[in-house]
Amino acid sequence: MTEQQMQEMRDVYTQTLMQLAEKDKNIVLLEADLMRASGTKSFKETFPERTFNVGVAEANMVGVAAGLSATDKIPFANTFACFAARRTFDQFFISANYAGLNVKLVGTDPGVTAAYNGGTHMPFEDLGLMRNIPQLVVFEPCDPVSLQKLVVQGAYHKGCTYMRLHRRLAAILYEDDAEITLGKGCILKDGGDVTLMATGVVMVPEALKAAERLEQEGVSAAVIDMHTIKPLDAALVLQYAEKTGAIVTCENHQIYNGLGSAVAEVLAENRPTLMKRVGVNDEFGEVGTLEFLKERFGLTAENIYQQAMALLEAKNGRATH
Amino acid sequence: MQEQEIGWLETKAKEIRQLTIDSIGYLGVGHVGGSMSVVEVLTLLYYKRMNVDPDHPKKRDRDQLVLSKGHAGPTLYSILADKGFFPIEWLHTLNQGGTNLPSHCDRNRTPGIDMSTGSLGQGLSAAIGIALGNRLDHIDSTVYCIVGDGESNEGQIWEAAMAAVQFQVSNLIAFTDYNKMQIDGYMRDVMNIEDLTAKWVSFGWFVQRVNGHSFEEMDKAITRAQAEAYRPSMIVLDTIKGKGIFFAEGLLSNHNMPVDYEDAKEAIARLNGAGE
Repeated sequence: MTEQQMQEMRDVYTQTLMQLAEKDKNIVLLEADLMRASGTKSFKETFPERTFNVGVAEANMVGVAAGLSATDKIPFANTFACFAARRTFDQFFISANYAGLNVKLVGTDPGVTAAYNGGTHMPFEDLGLMRNIPQLVVFEPCDPVSLQKLVVQGAYHKGCTYMRLHRRLAAILYEDDAEITLGKGCILKDGGDVTLMATGVVMVPEALKAAERLEQEGVSAAVIDMHTIKPLDAALVLQYAEKTGAIVTCENHQIYNGLGSAVAEVLAENRPTLMKRVGVNDEFGEVGTLEFLKERFGLTAENIYQQAMALLEAKNGRATH
Repeated sequence: MQEQEIGWLETKAKEIRQLTIDSIGYLGVGHVGGSMSVVEVLTLLYYKRMNVDPDHPKKRDRDQLVLSKGHAGPTLYSILADKGFFPIEWLHTLNQGGTNLPSHCDRNRTPGIDMSTGSLGQGLSAAIGIALGNRLDHIDSTVYCIVGDGESNEGQIWEAAMAAVQFQVSNLIAFTDYNKMQIDGYMRDVMNIEDLTAKWVSFGWFVQRVNGHSFEEMDKAITRAQAEAYRPSMIVLDTIKGKGIFFAEGLLSNHNMPVDYEDAKEAIARLNGAGE
């Protein structure tokens, strides 16, 4: 992947917000002293009266955002995903979601992308927490193009949303005119032997790499970008369960209560299918480079490949019985 | 304030107390203490100060109220019913399955409720957000917020206290219902919040402290608060928990207590006697 094919996700996020804000006076921004990390300084410079930096006070940020949305504003509230999910859970749950309001909460640095901030800042559980909030839309874009499209759709979804956002460079995986819809998974590569269902900037590229290697071994692997974790595209899950009979989920998150669990729930109730979950296995985060942490927690193409091969062995074993 | 007006508000407050203890007594249990300590302030706001319209409960230029101590909902329900936001008969459905009047305020269920509250500490932040939204839309109105004294143990209250000053939210007037009691006892014994006035002053608010059962004192304080151009206002109300209910007033156990309907009826009769 060359530099030209990569973009800073936070730049795309901020540009998208500014384009929305130019057309819609109701778009407002909240920050909790992480504006430099979120990269939203240019939004503040252009729309100072619509930018509210509450300081290091995430709970208040979400409460103020809820109040703003009660006056028909569309507030985007940014902080690290660890604080968005763990620290403001009750505020987001009650003041925003239970109250039927319209807060767009954004959690940056999901999972291992927290890197040098280490275990205290490393959310492997935010998807699990958020998935338990009734009617909340939960999503994680995997590249700059899908980020832009999903932010716009999220802004005009009536009701709260939670978006996981990797802030830094990400490879462009989609064409500009790709059709990307909140709540619908995207087939990045078709295949018939096994399905790799991945979410986010860390895992979707790893799944694509794993699929390449599987192809080299003669295995036809489908890759699906399951950007929306809730509501899950159950129809697509079942379609590929039927088509491939084997599913590997890939997420930069605990294997509990995130994408893997959501897919397992759909399969168990509708079409029991062999599956494996690639993700963090009941561990806390720790400090290191992104590459070190991906290896450390098995969030790699190699691990996805190994899991897929094990699954195929089980599938073929089942077929011969 | 004219004596006639004070007399009218006092009579109205008595009626609101009666409706409230009737609804709690009919159910048999409820937050008597904190509902009774805010009767006067809510009566003053809804019958004199606030621009609200029962026929258009969501009209954009209305004044709004966030009852951050959401468990005092029953008093607010009595007022909203009396003003015609919904039928008075609803008051006997308090907390029954399927009701539109849950123990804690719910903006999606009850006409006239501006914000869902009940998880203590959260309402002041929401009130700031509403006030900021009104300011962005150039709506000339006031957002009121009632904070509990026990609720003031919550850290989020003080996060909001900083933000309201930083953002110069002068269209916000908050009250603390300072009845000096929390669930587990007197505040001085559980978690003292003194010096409450000094705390709010030190955070940069325009602070006044008045008798929360005196219409005249509260009304003057609101007039002074509305003259503030840059600062949010905190009016600390000295109140009595369970005020006006013979079997509950000042009782440490009155936060959430069982109420015999016969006792409620007796309380209503005694309020009539006191009013005559």
